[in-house]
Order: sequence, then C-alpha cells, then structure tokens
Amino acid sequence: MEHAVDVLPTTDESAATASAGPPTTRVTLDVNGSEHPLDIDNRMSLLDALREKLALTGSKKGCDHGQCGACTVLIDGRRANSCLTLAVSAEGSAITTVEGLADDEGLHPVQQAFLDRDAYQCGYCTPGQICSAIGMLREARAGWPSHATHDVALDGVVLDDDEVRERMSGNLCRCGAYVNIVPAVLDAAEGSAMRDAADSHAAHAPDVPDASVTRGTTAPDTTAATR
Amino acid sequence: MSIDAPAVLGEPIPRLEGRQKVTGEALYAYEYRADEVLYAWPVQSTIVTGRILRLHTDVVLAMTGVVEVLTHLNAPKLADGDDGELLVLQSDRVAYRGQVVALVLATSIDTAREAAAALDVDYQNDGLDVELSAEHPKLYAPEEVNAGFATDSEQGYVDAAFATAAFTTDEVYTTPALFNNPMEPHATLAAFDGERLDVRDSSQGTSSVQQTLSTMFGLDPANVRVRSEHVGGGFGSKGSPRPNVILAVMAARVTGRPVKIAYTRQMMFALAGYRTPTISHVRLAANADGRLTAISHQSYTQTSTIQEFAEQVAEPSRHLYAAPNRLMTHRLAALDVPTPRWMRAPGEAPGVYALESAMDDLATVSGIDPVELRIANEPDVDPESGTAFSSRNLVGCLRRGAELFGWAERDPRLGIRRDGRFLVGTGVAAGMYPAMTSASGARVRALPGGRYELGVNATDIGQGARTVMAQIAADALGVPVSAISVDLADSTLPKGPVAGGSSGTASWGWAVTKACERLRSELAAGAPVPPEGYEVEVETSVDVDAMAPLARFAFGAHFVEARVDLDSGEVTMPRMLGVFAAGRILNARTARSQFLGGMTMGLSMALHERGELDAVLGDYANHDLATYHVAANADVRDLRVEWLEEEDRQLAPMGGKGIGEIGIVGTAAAVASAVRHATGVKVRDLPIQPDRLIGQLPPRFL
Repeated sequence: MEHAVDVLPTTDESAATASAGPPTTRVTLDVNGSEHPLDIDNRMSLLDALREKLALTGSKKGCDHGQCGACTVLIDGRRANSCLTLAVSAEGSAITTVEGLADDEGLHPVQQAFLDRDAYQCGYCTPGQICSAIGMLREARAGWPSHATHDVALDGVVLDDDEVRERMSGNLCRCGAYVNIVPAVLDAAEGSAMRDAADSHAAHAPDVPDASVTRGTTAPDTTAATR
Repeated sequence: MSIDAPAVLGEPIPRLEGRQKVTGEALYAYEYRADEVLYAWPVQSTIVTGRILRLHTDVVLAMTGVVEVLTHLNAPKLADGDDGELLVLQSDRVAYRGQVVALVLATSIDTAREAAAALDVDYQNDGLDVELSAEHPKLYAPEEVNAGFATDSEQGYVDAAFATAAFTTDEVYTTPALFNNPMEPHATLAAFDGERLDVRDSSQGTSSVQQTLSTMFGLDPANVRVRSEHVGGGFGSKGSPRPNVILAVMAARVTGRPVKIAYTRQMMFALAGYRTPTISHVRLAANADGRLTAISHQSYTQTSTIQEFAEQVAEPSRHLYAAPNRLMTHRLAALDVPTPRWMRAPGEAPGVYALESAMDDLATVSGIDPVELRIANEPDVDPESGTAFSSRNLVGCLRRGAELFGWAERDPRLGIRRDGRFLVGTGVAAGMYPAMTSASGARVRALPGGRYELGVNATDIGQGARTVMAQIAADALGVPVSAISVDLADSTLPKGPVAGGSSGTASWGWAVTKACERLRSELAAGAPVPPEGYEVEVETSVDVDAMAPLARFAFGAHFVEARVDLDSGEVTMPRMLGVFAAGRILNARTARSQFLGGMTMGLSMALHERGELDAVLGDYANHDLATYHVAANADVRDLRVEWLEEEDRQLAPMGGKGIGEIGIVGTAAAVASAVRHATGVKVRDLPIQPDRLIGQLPPRFL
C-alpha cells in the first residue's frame, strides 16, 4: 500500500496547511493501454494530467470549460470532455486519446478519413474531432438517437449528413472544416460498418452499453448540451 | 495526387503535416517540454480605468508552489515596441477591464490558477467610457487608417448627385465587436540560456516576434530565436506579438527558469485583440438605369486609450464600384476598451458588408435585379486611383454564380415563399480583397542524391503554407514534392512576413521561386553539389518594389438561400455558394478548404457572433464559447465553392492573389439579402439573431 495515497485529501486541518502543499492522490491511470502511476493534484483535470504529466499533448485545451470539444477523449469507449473530468476520478477507466488510435496496421479509419477529406486546417480541434467521431459512431451503432433523428421509436440510426452534423456539433472548428468533417465521418462509418461485418476491428475501445439499457437515461451528446 | 508525382502548381496535394495532426504528434507552442518550467497565470483588472493602489501579493507568495508574482512594482522596464498593449506591468494605470495587472508564477498549473484568483488588488476607480456611437464626443479623424490608407477621400459632389438621382438609399449598417477565437488560445514557452532566448510562440509570424522582443527587452536579435511550427489558427489575432509572449519572456528573465503561459478562453476576449464594432453610414445615388452617381461611406470605429488602431472600414468602398461622386471617411473614438486588432479581412469584412447591404437596398428601391445592378456598376479602372486593375473578374463570378445557383428562376418579390413553417429566400453579394505582396527571404539547398532543403519563414496557421511552399519549390525545381523538405516558422531562417493580409503565399512563394530558379540555373551551369549541399539564399525587395503600379484585388460572389422559422425567428442557411476569382489557385485541396472556412466564418458573422458590451461593468460579458457563439457543425449545410480560371501576370510569379480572407468578405451581406427576400425584413445590425426578426414576421397561420 505504499503507493496508495501520498497526502490524504481529507478535512484534516494539517493536510490543508500551506506548508503541506496542495493535496495530492496517488492514482494509476490506464491510458492507451498503459498503466501510469501518478501523484495527482486533486484539482487537476484529466486534460492537464494527460498534457502536463504524461506529455500526451494530442488532447487539446481550447476552452477548459467543456464548450469547444478540443479535449475530447474516450473514457471506457465513450467520448468525454477531459477538461471537465478530474484526473483522480479517471482511475479504473480505460482512457483512449488520439495518440492511442493508430496501431501497427496504420491509422484508425477516422484518422485516415480526415486526411483523405482534408477535414482539418490548423489541426488544433482535430484530435477532439476524431475522438468524438469515434465515440459518435459507436453511439449511432448502438442506436442512440439524436436531435436529428427523424423517428426515435425506430430501432437503429441511419447516419446521414444531418445526423453527423448534429452529433458532431459539440466539437467546434474555427477554421471551418465542417463541410469536410461530415463526409470524413460518413466515410469512416461506411468503412467501420464493413469491418464490423467482418468482425475484424473491435480493438480500439470497449463497446458502449447496449442501446436498450441506455436509451432515455443518458444524453448521447453531452458536449452539444453545453451549447 | 501523390507527392511523388511530378509537381504541378494547383494540384490538390495533401497537407504534408497531416499525419502529425491526426495522430496528435504535431506540437503547438505550449506543448514543448522544458525542465523546471514555471506556469504563468495573468491577473486581470476588475475595474475599467483608474490606478492600482495595492496588490496583496504577500498572501499569494505564501502559497506553496508560488515562486514569484510580477507587478508594475517589480517587473523589468520595457522599451516601447510600438504597441501600447505590449507594455505590460509598466505602470499603476489601468486602461480597460481585463488588462493585466499581475502575473503569478507557480510550479503547477493548478497552483498558478488558484493563486491568481487569490490575489486581491485595491484600485482607485476612475469610471468608464466604453460605448461607441456615431455621435460620440471623442470621435476624431486619425492621420491615416490601417495599412496606410487615407482617412478621408472625396471626389466630385456627393450631395449634388443626390439632388438629381432617380434612386437613393441612406442607411446605417452596424457590426458588433467580433472575436477571432482561434481554437488554440495564445500561448508561449520562453527560456533563457544566458543571454540566448528561445521562444515557442503561437504566432502568425516569427520574424516580427523576434524583432519586437529584441527591441523591448534590449536583446541582440542574433540571440533571440522564435519558432511557431504549428499554430492552432489565428485569423489575425496572432498577426503581431500579443501580451502573452512579453509576459512569458519577462517572467523567464526574472526567474531564470523556463516559463509557459496560455490564455484562458476568457482572457482572449481582452488580451488577444478583436474586430472593432463598426458603424457605417452609407448613401448611394443612382440613375434610372441603376448606374451609381454617388457613393458615400462614412465609418465610425473604436480604439483604446493606449494604442491607436484605425480599421479601414470605408477603404473597400473606394474600389468596388464606379461612381463619379465619392466620399469615404473614417472617424475613431479612443475608449476605455481593449485595443482592437486585425480579424480576418480587417476593413473589408465589415466595410463590404455595409456597402453590399446598401447595394441590396438600392436593388430593392430600384427594382433592378441585384446581380445586374452590380454588373451595371462595374468600373473600367480602379475608381479611386484611376489606375488599371491587374485583373478583375467580379462580373465573371456573378455570372457563374448565378448560373450555378439557378438565379434566373428567382422571383424578386419579398416575403412570399413558404415551406411549412419556414419563409424562404435567396440573396447575393459581392466580395473583394486586395492582393498584396511584401518582400521575403528564402533559401534552398541542393543535396547529393536529388533532395532539396527549403528554408522559408512562412507560418502554417492551417492555410497549408508548408504544403504550398513545397509545391512552389518543387514546381520551380522540376522535381516531385517528396524531394523537398520544408523548414519554416523559425526566426533563424531568412526574414519573412507574417501570415496575414492574404499576402503570405505570394510573398514567401516569390522568394521560394526566386531561390529555386537561381539554384536550378546555377546547378545547370555546372555548380558542383558537395556532400554538405549547395545553397542559395535570396530576398525579393527589389522584385516587389519593381511591380507595376496597378490595382490588384481578388473578387468573389456569394449566393445564399435562407430559411426563416416563423415560430422562432431563427435563420438557417440550407445553401451557400461562393465563386471566386483569385488568380491562379496553387493547391486545389487546401484552397477549397480556405474558401469554405472563410465562408463559414462569414455565416457565423451573419447569424451568431456578437460581443455583448456590459455598459456598467465596461466589458464584453459573453467572453466564452458558450455565450459568444461561433458556427458549429450543424449550422453549415450545403456550402459550395468554385473558382474561375484567372491568369494574371502582374502578380508574384506563381500568379495567385491570396485567398485567406476573400471567403468572409460579402457573406454576411448575402445572408441579410436572403433574409429580406424571405421575410421582407431588412436587418442592418449584425448578427441576424431571432430577436431581430421575431416581432416583424407574419403570422404562422394565415
């Protein structure tokens, strides 16, 4: 247990004195399949832990308030704003960042589609867009409806331009690459549908929970909700 | 298009750094590592004007992890860098709300933020004057406006022309304070090694940052290195050094440790620059056939009390249309506000919005088709100077756009097209942006084995400079792009201008062309390539200065369809088309993206963006991305771009006019035109948010 806790984040007055410094907690973060034991300032966001502690700077800080989506990562396969996630609360979760998407076989299909469609310019929102797209495609495959879904009573979601625009609206792009992001995501959706059929590419993140369990209880697009 | 194929300018070659950007490997300024780095966090004033009486730094310095607090009492003195915004922590005076009054330096990002929030400051509060109006008592005529243009110009007799005109318009058009909001907040990492300063800055031009730092800190320029390898957008707000780089260097000097700083999104609204609110009083007079007899554009903008910034809002109205009687003026008020700065198409974006909205009003008043009205006023030569245009294809853009958009079938009547709960309409507007070129250096080195190293101090802010510079070099050398390695955005390279004013590609590219052509001819003449390579370096001042005195502009035409929700007043744009004439397009892939991006920002300007001034607090209240809305993915529907083949031999040798800004110019006027066509309501104050329309729409059920 020597690695468990450096300074207890308790109400103990002595732990809060200036000389003791800010309370930290020893946690182990599972990022891109690797375990990282870290002493984390309890105030630190997952985004800052990734960027400042682990040098995984692919996740970007655009607003630090969950308003732009540049920090989007996958936590247990679901997209999340890492700037709104405390690092200490991420222990026990499988975190996937943009650095963890490509494998020995090459780029993730969404990454490749972004290249093929020129779905980026300055590149700063791009890692968040890509992670968000991967999470979004899983949500759609799981049957989660969106504001653009014409009939939420039907099983399954037919991804079209409107669905992708709506589901990707939590990720802002000031360069204005939206017109290229939409077909890139649809390209990747087609590609991943074919791969699902071949059951050959399920390695990147765990699946989202079954649609019948989550529908109606969880907003599928939490990033968009802040807008 | 492969980078291994023989190079041809114009081919849609993918971005060379694309893989780095989609894998997260591309490093932006804040992301470089430095041992013992300190985190800097600015403290901003909570009053508008006055004096700092006391800073309670003792409390903050006692916090574990806080290393230093810089204030005007202990900060190093700076020399004037020709921008009052950069003279940070130099006095006890506060000139606007949000100005930097202290800088906290701490060993962690969380401690820095908390300590900055804990710093109490006592002020003497001297009040505020923050609201621009066309009647503001502080309005004055600056000596000149930005880019060296004349403040006022007058030809003929405007008032007399109005007395005899068949049709006239006389309206005021306004645009609010607009904020660039690149996705990457302004950031710097600065480190001293003895007298040598190494800076990573999120900037559109490292040469200017190096020059400013050398001047303000009294450093030998040879000891100052600034790099900006990847920049997360700028849109003008990183076109000159901003306070972040000064603060970082100051802190690195005082502490002897590397320092990094990033603005929060909220800080950007005070410390990054923004587009001034603009008020344009535009009067047009025309004959019965629609030909303009007078154009008057009188503009009113704001600057701060610490730096003059005079946006050239009426300047484009000097060039877009012919008319014998002309009056263009600029008046400026120095208010207690942050200093405005460049934002994508400064001058043109708000100025052409006003002029083109007035042309739409004239079309409505006269009953003349808005496309034909514009064509009828096409000038033979530049109306202001009388000089010839190097090329001018506005008419071609309008005709081609009308054809693609199906303009001929348009019913001009206002407010009559319903589709369920929506009113539907279409609109048009023209755009223009000057094609500028400035001097640049470049060097190129031939290596044994047929490889080439290109060094040019371009900055790739997302426009694709890295790729296009390689293409230009490959084209000039007659080799594939894959044979070129590009070194850019480093102040140790030959001096180059900023990525701004849609002039970067022309300016850097000319130097690249010149260097490569010289290298090619020297190699052809038998120059040997030693193991370390054979290098030539050039500079283009002589070439640029020798350009013929012509009027050089890119042109565009926007055609848009608007749907207005009768229940909510919300406007959506199902179709947008831009047709552009911008000389030779150097990379069809990145160019299309730039046009699309400009138009998307234009849509955003038309419908969403507005800095909400809180006149009591004296600040823009909506200073984040939840309350200052920029276009999101779902706002952008069927958005298309086409460009005309345009050969213009009076430009830099590649023949391109620059395309970074033309896409945003005119978009908002086209949207306003379409909204009027849909509803019969003309909105002259941007943005066209639901509250502008909802009270004036017809009933949903007739």
